[in-house]
Amino acid sequence: MTLHTAPRIPDPDAFYEALMEAHRALPAEESRRLDARLVLLLANQIGDQAVLMAAIAAARAAADRP
Amino acid sequence: MPSTYVNPRYAAPPPPASGREEAAVVIAGGGLVGLTAALDLARRGVRSVLLYEDDTVSHGSRAICFAKRTLEIYGRLGLGAKFLAKGVTWNTGRVYHQDREAYAFDLLPEEGHAYPAFVNLQQYYAEEWLVEACAATGLVDLRWKHRITGVAPRADGATLTVETAQGRYALDAQWVLAADGARSTIREAMALPFLGQVFRDRFLIADVVMHAPFPAERRFWFDPPFHPGQSVLLHKQPDDVWRIDFQLGWDADPEAEKDPARVEARVRQMLGPDMPFSLEWVSVYTFRCRRIETFRHGRVFFLGDSAHQVSPFGARGGNGGVQDADNLCWKLAAVLEGRAPDALLDSYDAERIPAADENIMNSTRSTDFITPKNDAARAYRDAVMDLSASYAFARPLVNSGRLSRPALLRDSPLSSPDAGAWDGGLPAGAPAADAPVIDAAGRAGWLLERIGADGGFTLLADTAQVEAPGIATLRLAPDALQDHSGLAAARYGMRPGDAVLLRPDQHIAARFRAGTATQAAIAAAHRRALGLAA
Repeated sequence: MTLHTAPRIPDPDAFYEALMEAHRALPAEESRRLDARLVLLLANQIGDQAVLMAAIAAARAAADRP
Repeated sequence: MPSTYVNPRYAAPPPPASGREEAAVVIAGGGLVGLTAALDLARRGVRSVLLYEDDTVSHGSRAICFAKRTLEIYGRLGLGAKFLAKGVTWNTGRVYHQDREAYAFDLLPEEGHAYPAFVNLQQYYAEEWLVEACAATGLVDLRWKHRITGVAPRADGATLTVETAQGRYALDAQWVLAADGARSTIREAMALPFLGQVFRDRFLIADVVMHAPFPAERRFWFDPPFHPGQSVLLHKQPDDVWRIDFQLGWDADPEAEKDPARVEARVRQMLGPDMPFSLEWVSVYTFRCRRIETFRHGRVFFLGDSAHQVSPFGARGGNGGVQDADNLCWKLAAVLEGRAPDALLDSYDAERIPAADENIMNSTRSTDFITPKNDAARAYRDAVMDLSASYAFARPLVNSGRLSRPALLRDSPLSSPDAGAWDGGLPAGAPAADAPVIDAAGRAGWLLERIGADGGFTLLADTAQVEAPGIATLRLAPDALQDHSGLAAARYGMRPGDAVLLRPDQHIAARFRAGTATQAAIAAAHRRALGLAA
């Protein structure tokens, strides 16, 4: 498996809304911890070391773009 | 404070009258690693002079967790039974988050090993036994209260300046084993820097004497109600002594934290109001995960904490140091006896630097979990703990210490490529696996007792047709040494006619499928494992 970067989420707006809803009214610290739980759950769902490493690299690289 | 142990005091010998002396092998440091090296060399018939600034064994229990591989090494050195008899055997670890269990592990889920995953024992007992065993060989010149103050390395050795109460002398050594600890005088004199990390955290060790009902297992708490926001580690030791290790945070005042009243209050919080206890030993520590660049510098070798340091989570400090001695001593003995070239000693770096890096990597990962460096690290640590309550997947992420395991010497220059196709079993470079055996007289014993005990190489085979000059063949067969459980064959991945060549330090040098174990092939692997051109 390789890291998918083409669109795959069936209803992107609904997913994004659910994500915002989960964070609504949370203090920054709890928000960060919620994201961490989410990342860990999704990482286990992927369960492929190479894809996880590629995702970390892609996430880091995205911040470097102008 | 200690009530269960009195440190012995050893007599300090006078310095040589001439003020100058020669020695083939000098060991700097009379701690766990230096004493282990002295005994290992003595078992191989090599004399040594051991210099130590103190005149006793460890003050305090210090490195209490002796791992299986270390116990096997002490088994080879003749002390294994003492560790089993006196020490507290444990295999299980349990990790708690707040008031519930988050994760548990069993380190030795299979039967058929002489030694358990761990034995807890105060370091002073191990050192006391090593001193007695060294003295009994008559080959170790133990010089208590002889303090090294200078070292001048040469191509053919080093001259050490040694201070005693009755004066100073120069000791011309052909070989020096620097096992003189984290503040190694020899390392400092040779200006060898440590490379690695310092962690901003402090920990309090409280050894307490109590009759507690806790089982013999490693218990670790993250954020427990009795020590909120920090971690706590509990270990059982012999003599009803319990090790409690409290994380304090970087801002703690190390002197104030050693105040017995303050320590007792922390312990009381943990144990509740009804458990009687007394303090045995208290220490506040910080730690580093780092090493020097190379462990061999000509005729000077660094072992244990003088070469590398780790956090205590994982019990990789003392165990790593003992395994350094195990690796170096047979090589030095072979070179001194003229059976191997000097180049064999370069393999100490090739094998023990990756092993140290593995220990540093594991202990750094544990420390990053236990002592989060920033807000993100803390969020992830707490997220793992949150998830571990409900979801099994998160439990292996809980890292309270990945406990010491011996390094597989994967890329060792001493290992030969597999002869024939091997798809399982232990690869070259792995420490030899133990297994129960029954000898020709019907006595039950252990395979590792038969490997390296004579100081030489061993060829494991099931037929007398497989042999080579100068190598003892250990025949596993119904009419010789019986592998009655089949565990030896299974663990080594051996089928009829196969053979495995083992080094004097009980590591696999080469393995041969049936038909490939010719005398020439075995001899070539033997030469390679001795650092001779294959």
